[in-house]
Amino acid sequence: MNQSAQALAAYPMDIPVGKTATAAIKLQVEGIHKRYGEHEVLKGVSLNARQGDVISLIGASGSGKSTMLRCINFLEQPDAGVITLDGISIEMQPGRAGTRAPHQAQLQNLRTRLAMVFQHFNLWSHMTVLENITMAPRRVLNVSAAEAEKRARLYLDKVGLPSRVADQYPAFLSGGQQQRVAIARALAMEPEIILFDEPTSALDPELVGEVLKVIQTLAEEGRTMLMVTHEMGFARQVSSQVLFLHQGRVEEHGGAEILDHPTSERLQQFLSNRLK
Amino acid sequence: MIELFQQYGLAYLFSDGSGLSGVAMTLWLFIISVVLGFGLSIPLALARVSEHFWLRWPVEVYTYLFRGTPLYIQLLICYTGLYSLEVVQDNALLNQFFRNALNCTLLAFVLNTCAYTVEIFAGAIRNIPHGEIEAARAYGLHGWRLNLFVIVPAALRRALPAYSNEMILMLHATSLAFTATVADILKVARDANAETFLTFQAFGIAALLYMLLSFALVGLFRLAERRWMRFLVPTRG
Repeated sequence: MNQSAQALAAYPMDIPVGKTATAAIKLQVEGIHKRYGEHEVLKGVSLNARQGDVISLIGASGSGKSTMLRCINFLEQPDAGVITLDGISIEMQPGRAGTRAPHQAQLQNLRTRLAMVFQHFNLWSHMTVLENITMAPRRVLNVSAAEAEKRARLYLDKVGLPSRVADQYPAFLSGGQQQRVAIARALAMEPEIILFDEPTSALDPELVGEVLKVIQTLAEEGRTMLMVTHEMGFARQVSSQVLFLHQGRVEEHGGAEILDHPTSERLQQFLSNRLK
Repeated sequence: MIELFQQYGLAYLFSDGSGLSGVAMTLWLFIISVVLGFGLSIPLALARVSEHFWLRWPVEVYTYLFRGTPLYIQLLICYTGLYSLEVVQDNALLNQFFRNALNCTLLAFVLNTCAYTVEIFAGAIRNIPHGEIEAARAYGLHGWRLNLFVIVPAALRRALPAYSNEMILMLHATSLAFTATVADILKVARDANAETFLTFQAFGIAALLYMLLSFALVGLFRLAERRWMRFLVPTRG
């Protein structure tokens, strides 16, 4: 067998199960445009996520990948484009000052089904770890206090944190621990899709591994995830799709193999500019 | 000083024979002012930081007026100024309310401490890290739930040191009540002084009583800070 045939044969096996082409489209994002004043950050970006997909958004700083992720749960209001979850599109209504705003009830429904993990964790600093994890299930999903606590302890264990951290405040934990609490907070919503916005970029290098390990476990479970990341090695390992964004457009889109065999010149440049 | 206290002790502490007086009256003024002021200040502080002009603007005018004028003048206006208006005298309800010196005093105190508290809380709300509010939104909290479960608790904890200061200032400000004939600690001291000419002793006792109340207040806030501000990074020992 020659080298390229070997390489090709290796890829399908790396792709986790659950993302066959036959699975229904879970989340469809079409033609997202976003501009800040004169500067157009996103110029019509689309993606389709099937159940079990792990989609990595990569690209240089300023390529619009974080903005793209934030447009999906409307932390940024896209200027144009459609978000469709399970076949139901979010209706846009005219908002204040000529902006478009999503339909409130639909937006709240969407946000309970997509959980987000932020670059800077964004844990509620005045709440203990336990309160952080139980807050949204209790106050948004109206889960009982006992059930919420049970979930919290389950997911704390899942992200590999000892139960004694439950009563600590976030400021007393390391960055890696805080990010794992944030992941437990996301899991406690039992979301259909998890959005990761550069989950390891704010961490000290020696803490990156513990967080990636948790995310990898989630990928192996077949969870649907969208991830903005700078960790190319990790993206190659877990992704079923990779989107390379450049200046607000999808420059290249494919399976994880595009990271080893980029076809566009931009992606080749981008990959060769960083240490692998 | 001891003889004076033996003679006027009851009036200094609790009752002058015709009703509450001294420490009891001062505490009554203080507690009603801060409880009502606190309750009003939370919705007003949320309005103060609102992005809606018509919510924000009236509160801004209110805090500007009450922080821009001396409390003594506010008390005079509530106590004598308003009652001199025909509108107030002609309305049975208003007439009854403003004829009572204690009501007028409490009104002035509540409005005054509330104005300062609104600004303290509004500042604390603005100081909540933006990411924490964004996270709350991303998890589906919005409207009153966002305020009640995330913004207000986060702001109150951060405001604790500044708010405890305002409470102590308010405690001392209640000593203006004597000008409206309310029998607080200072009024008792002035009466004792007028009757005995033991000026140093009469006011000395009043000062001691205010000091004890302040210490108790400081102690309470120290406990509160230990309980509610533990979340801050462990910089102090």
